[in-house]
Amino acid sequence: MNFGKIYALGLRHIYLISNSLPRIIDLIYWPTVQIFLWGFISKFFTLSSDYYSNTVGIILTAAILYDFLFRVSISFNMMFLEEIWSRNFTNLFIAPIRISEIITSLTLTAILRALIGLVPAAILAIPLFGVSVFKLGLPLLLLLLPLYLFGVTLGLLVTSGLLRFGPSFENIAWASLFFLAPLGCIYYPIEILPYSLQIVAKGLPLVHIFEEMRNILLNNTVNYFDIIKSISISIVYFILGVIIFYSSYLGAKQRGTLINMGE
Amino acid sequence: MFIQIKNLSKVFKKNLAVDKINFHIEKNKTVGLLGPNGCGKTTSIGMMLGLIKPSEGEIMIDNKNLESFKRDDILTRINFCSPYIELPKKLTVKQNLEVYGRLYGVKNLSERILEISQDLDIKNFFKRKTGELSSGQKNRVSLAKSLINKPEILLLDEPTASLDPDIGDFVRSYIQEYRSKNQVTILLASHNMSEVERLCDSIIMMKKGKIIDKGTCNEIVKKHGRNNLEETFLKLARSNDELR
Repeated sequence: MNFGKIYALGLRHIYLISNSLPRIIDLIYWPTVQIFLWGFISKFFTLSSDYYSNTVGIILTAAILYDFLFRVSISFNMMFLEEIWSRNFTNLFIAPIRISEIITSLTLTAILRALIGLVPAAILAIPLFGVSVFKLGLPLLLLLLPLYLFGVTLGLLVTSGLLRFGPSFENIAWASLFFLAPLGCIYYPIEILPYSLQIVAKGLPLVHIFEEMRNILLNNTVNYFDIIKSISISIVYFILGVIIFYSSYLGAKQRGTLINMGE
Repeated sequence: MFIQIKNLSKVFKKNLAVDKINFHIEKNKTVGLLGPNGCGKTTSIGMMLGLIKPSEGEIMIDNKNLESFKRDDILTRINFCSPYIELPKKLTVKQNLEVYGRLYGVKNLSERILEISQDLDIKNFFKRKTGELSSGQKNRVSLAKSLINKPEILLLDEPTASLDPDIGDFVRSYIQEYRSKNQVTILLASHNMSEVERLCDSIIMMKKGKIIDKGTCNEIVKKHGRNNLEETFLKLARSNDELR
């Protein structure tokens, strides 16, 4: 791994963001809207539901964590799509940077993009709704880790689709997370799902992350076994994502799509 | 022989894009790759850049198979310029050169950027976003990116397409000057025959994925009894027979 090259590719995206105020506003705008929306919903539920009555920020915390996953994944996809939109794809793939370095750079830059949007929104939630995700402390980091890995994995799968099917796969990029959200049990316990879907949901790290988040907020205890389980599942998916990405790259070389990938 | 292409073929599904082509390029020579649209020039260049996997055959560089090089080792020695690919539009010219300079691991990058920007006269729009530039300016920036690493092998795909005669002449003169001062082997794909006559030591003519003729410009023009390369190109492109 050459960290100079990983930094160079990251720098390309940092310049892209820093050159454009509308881009920075766009990164912050959507998480903030989410926080406002879920903040008011959360407030209403808190006043009207026994389940949530003791835990003011349970929905808002779930919304912030889900948005983190969403932002990481979308950021990964966006950075890849930027290369297609700007017709820079060929330049990137003929540069002396390894595929592993491209993945590493996108993975590291994705978290930066996600945090630019999410940190101001999470800070805003403190005075507005009296909810601070930071109160979760160390367990927050342990919950964010599998979310980050899974977000990157979804990004890898979508970008593999872009390599395989070309820019027409772009719409799937936007839809990918909404497809998994119902099974992630983000805002409700897993028992709400029909039994057959519970089995499928348990194969995803999201259920374990959000169940554990609710456990911490409702019972004030941390089940590290569940956290380790969610991290382990995320690592398995991540490895699978990397394998699929490599396989799509090799397929694109066979089909010759790397040389004329563009809008 | 610096670059040697042996029995190189590429089949896309059932379409034979490149059909067992053989040629070589001596070190520090410029070779023109000519042929009508869809004859396999870009596919051949794509295979030489490692972007397309050949169906058959070998690409040898310095007597070593391209496949046996580590990706980053060989790509550090090559670069490519084409008006059909662009640099990130929202980055300034300087930012783009910095990013690519770093990706190519260029030492003394600031000095190199300064040097190439003076050579190609792009310094006065250094801070402008690349997407805001005219075609001629973008073309020179793209050429600057392709020379940032002082490549041993430079692949040029229609480098002066869509440029006005003045800028086109500037780019050709610069390539000539650069070649005289640096050790570089160039493969130039072009539809501009006067450009090819001016820049190339020899040419390769392709049609329907095959090489139909090769030699120096004068040899080929004489061989086909035409007055210039343009007429020769038209004769070969329109003929139904394959010549070798």
